Amino acid sequence: MAFIEIRDLVVQFTRISEDGSETAGKKAIDGIDLDVEKGSFVAVIGMNGSGKSTLAKCLNGLIIPTSGKVLVDGMDTSDDSHIWDIRRRIGMVFQNPDNQIVSSIVEDDVAFGPENLGIPPEEIRERVDNALKEVGMYENRLKGAHMLSGGQKQRIAIAGAVAMKPQCIVFDEPTAMLDPKGRESVMRIIRQLNSEGITTILITHFMNEAAQADRIVVLGKGKVLADRTPDRLFSDMELIDRAGLELPPLIELREVLGLSDSIMTVEDMISELKKQCR
Amino acid sequence: MSIEVKNLTYIYNPGMPGETRALDGVSFEVHDGEILGIIGHTGSGKSTLLQHLNGLLRPTSGQVFVDGQCITDGKVRLVDIRRKVGLVFQYPEYQLFEETVAKDVAFGPRNTGLEESKIENRVRAALSLVGLDYDEIGESSPFELSGGQKRRVAIAGVLAMRPSVLILDEPTAGLDPAAHREILSMIRTIHESMGIIIIFVSHNMGDIASLSDRVIVMDKAKIAMSGTPQEVFSHDKQLAAMGLDVPPVRSIMMQIAAEIPSIQSNALTTQEAAEDIRRAIPGFEQ
Repeated sequence: MAFIEIRDLVVQFTRISEDGSETAGKKAIDGIDLDVEKGSFVAVIGMNGSGKSTLAKCLNGLIIPTSGKVLVDGMDTSDDSHIWDIRRRIGMVFQNPDNQIVSSIVEDDVAFGPENLGIPPEEIRERVDNALKEVGMYENRLKGAHMLSGGQKQRIAIAGAVAMKPQCIVFDEPTAMLDPKGRESVMRIIRQLNSEGITTILITHFMNEAAQADRIVVLGKGKVLADRTPDRLFSDMELIDRAGLELPPLIELREVLGLSDSIMTVEDMISELKKQCR
Repeated sequence: MSIEVKNLTYIYNPGMPGETRALDGVSFEVHDGEILGIIGHTGSGKSTLLQHLNGLLRPTSGQVFVDGQCITDGKVRLVDIRRKVGLVFQYPEYQLFEETVAKDVAFGPRNTGLEESKIENRVRAALSLVGLDYDEIGESSPFELSGGQKRRVAIAGVLAMRPSVLILDEPTAGLDPAAHREILSMIRTIHESMGIIIIFVSHNMGDIASLSDRVIVMDKAKIAMSGTPQEVFSHDKQLAAMGLDVPPVRSIMMQIAAEIPSIQSNALTTQEAAEDIRRAIPGFEQ
């Protein structure tokens, strides 16, 4: 059994008109089947409005399926009695940090989650310090959260999820508002957490970030358009165009040069060019 | 039209424990028709700087001149400055609020007391500049549009004020690749057809390289560097020390050059990089 099992998932929003009558609205998710194995690193990409964020919110029961099922570690997200067990297993980091900060002081904010789990104070201290160091915000631990810029707040939100030590973290465009160094450090944290065994789901518009995953799921209009390894996805130009995506910079260069699909990293490119130089 | 910033300093919470110098003696000029890109890590002072350019913040010291007129001495009517200098915030689509796209774009001009007949022309022209068709979506709710379309409607709302300077804070953040490309080409179109000064802040070094005539690098509340994209992005080590980066293609080419010294390239685009590689390897095979 996979850690996350999604079966025939449909999420349909309700439209409420001015006179109060309700009609069926847009299907944000329109029949998705997906398994996520424990410890894996799955990227989810697709155009704005393709259903990525809705899917993310289904994973820890923030949105309950209109039909179909989402099982986390065997537990159904639509079963109220399991919702806290599910949320303890799956941490979320959203795009906009302003919606995720709950305390006025940085370290209090990071401690909020672990405190609610009833963890002993010494361990909370250790978790908070480590989480803040991981996101490069340790020196700001006593600052007021309102004093931070958007990007710094986002790193605090990530530290908050990390301090919960969940089995899985869903990152919904975590780097969209960060500067290059912030992006790089967040991606390094994500890879590191994944290598420590945390199941990682990364929603992103950055193709070079998606390329770091084991597997990429492409969504379009609420359906899965493709579910492949990065190398197989980024060699399918027809699909890339149809899904409104683009190639990661290195692969774009490879394509312009007309080199083999097997080149996926800068190292591959260098060894191919070295061969050509001889 | 020109913008001149002279020795601008801004201190948040002066005299308080959280006193922070967000801008420290910043001076620069932007000339008529120029596209200026501003980069800097989070907290380097970029957004504070932008907010001074249309009078949202008053400097602690220093001056800002828009078209020769000082806007920081308290004598000028700020509403006149804001009509001249249009500021598009990050994620401007969150500021859409009207029932229809046309009403939302018309909000600014209507508030200036413009005649109704002229308002519609303004709205049509502004929507057309951002690549949207009034007849097609004018009566739609802005909330039914895609993410990229919403952002373009929000930008049209600023353009409808006919500004002489357009300032954009992170115009492509959070957009999918297709919408991202559309926004970039929209900025070029606006620049070509209106010929106005465009100032934009971005964390996307590829966008900075492809759009800017000149780039300013902010670090620790000061201007650390300025020049053409070629000049600025040749200082990769200094940029890295400031938490910044070079465009992805430049980074790839530098890694290649480190291993294969015969391939030297200043390319900022994939096409240029490919040409440099082909040139460096005689008999290059696909």
